[in-house]
Amino acid sequence: MNLQQAKFEYLLRLGDSSLIIGHRLSEWCGHGPILEEDIALINIALDFVGNATSLLGYAAQVEGKGRTEDDLAYLRGEREYRNLLLTEQPNGDYAATIARQFLYDTYTFFLYEELKSSKDETIAAIAVKSHKEITYHLRHTTQWMLRLGDGTEESHQRLQTALNELWMFTSELFDMDEVDGLLINEGIAADLDKVKAAWEKRVNEVITEATLQVPVTNIKQKGSREGKHSEHLGFLLAEMQYIPRSYPGSKW
Amino acid sequence: MDDKKQLEQFEAKIAAGLKIEPKDWMPEAYRKQLIRMMSQHAHSEIVGMLPEGNWITRAPSLRRKAILLAKVQDEAGHGLYLYSATETLGVDRSELLEQLHSGKAKYSSIFNYPTLTWADIGAIGWLVDGAAIMNQTALARGSYGPYSRAMVKICKEESFHNRQGYEIMMNLAQGTPEQKEMAQDAFNRWWWPSIMMLGPSDDKSPNSDQLMRWKVKMESNDAIRQRFIDRTVPQAEFIGLKVPDADLKFNDVTGHYEHGPINWEEFFDVIKGNGPCNAKRIKDRVEADKKGAWVREAATAYAAKQAKEKLVA
Repeated sequence: MNLQQAKFEYLLRLGDSSLIIGHRLSEWCGHGPILEEDIALINIALDFVGNATSLLGYAAQVEGKGRTEDDLAYLRGEREYRNLLLTEQPNGDYAATIARQFLYDTYTFFLYEELKSSKDETIAAIAVKSHKEITYHLRHTTQWMLRLGDGTEESHQRLQTALNELWMFTSELFDMDEVDGLLINEGIAADLDKVKAAWEKRVNEVITEATLQVPVTNIKQKGSREGKHSEHLGFLLAEMQYIPRSYPGSKW
Repeated sequence: MDDKKQLEQFEAKIAAGLKIEPKDWMPEAYRKQLIRMMSQHAHSEIVGMLPEGNWITRAPSLRRKAILLAKVQDEAGHGLYLYSATETLGVDRSELLEQLHSGKAKYSSIFNYPTLTWADIGAIGWLVDGAAIMNQTALARGSYGPYSRAMVKICKEESFHNRQGYEIMMNLAQGTPEQKEMAQDAFNRWWWPSIMMLGPSDDKSPNSDQLMRWKVKMESNDAIRQRFIDRTVPQAEFIGLKVPDADLKFNDVTGHYEHGPINWEEFFDVIKGNGPCNAKRIKDRVEADKKGAWVREAATAYAAKQAKEKLVA
């Protein structure tokens, strides 16, 4: 694997995760628990779509085969998608959405903090812009973690269940392979061991503050880096990609 | 001061072009009419999120997806803004939502039609938001301060929505034969509901002199409809779409388009609840409210705990 291939792969990982979690959040549109949350979720989804557009656009450029960000988003199949398994998990109830989002926002908060000093100028620039947005995302989800965790007995129970069910997807966030190794050496990618330490500390603090228990599990789901996903992704992509796939070559 | 004198002062103020503010004296009929209009408008914004939200996950490019998300977020923001503005008249948002969920309150009839293809997203922006702008620019000159200021802000965003819708339609109309067909089909389905959404014709909806004098209603439905048609027909022609009205003709003398008969039976039928999506729209709203109840309860409970801790500390 050369540097260009590694960079392309790395950008897909970042961009796909944003696109897929943004898609999940956008599914809430018009169905949120209160109007203010509808606004917040749509706004956050929009940030993710924007971030994915920048990252996939850059990925296409790095690849140099004349593809565009839309080609990458709309014309790749399940096995070519590199988003984290956590991001494709269904919305469930509001507790499941908040738990998923909190775990992911804390991850991107520390990840993009590192990427701000990437030696790749484009990645660094995208990270600077995104980190500002992520700071708001994390504030929003942290507030909801506290409200739901320390709210009523029902909300506490729902959030604890959600955390327990999602926990098996968290170890994958920090897996590193040849792609990471190559790019870390060049000062381009983030060292996920470092991100992991910060993530664990923050997540434990918030979960404890929310009067919840940090889940314990030996199950570690992984595979997204090789395009091995949960069964949910196929349906998501079928929905997302159906127009460009039904009308090949058309412009919208 | 007796009511008669207060009413005189109230009317003099409006005649002088001044705004009525929440704490000013106002006749009960004025307050009631405004609550009705403003809450209907707020409900329309949030029910309107549903037919458009229906296409966010299927938007055909990342750019279109981002634009549609931004647009629907605007609608949600308009809803929130309008509920807040309505609350200045002494009514709670929860009470207004209850009226929506029970079917007591109405919202714009147009959102009871389904969005069947991607072209419908173009048609809604171009036609529905286009018609809404015609109505709302008039309302921006209305007498109630919070509502008229809301209209100024909302109209600015609506004109962006209108342009993006027209851009979608233009793109489709100039695209492949399939895309062009999709655009014409959406236009055929949305044209009549759009011109109907501006309300019954003047002979069926006598605008009380009082509402006009109080600047609650600014223009007649037919006048607004005429402006919308005059503006939209040339836009359709420009992108090569055919207006689905065999009787439509331009009158050289008046300088206006004359349209064929409007199917008011359909309009009143949809208002009554018999449109293709009335039941679905209300069901979606009621379900979101029900499913969100435990979330709102948790937020309230948490806030109470925090307030208590603050007192103790």
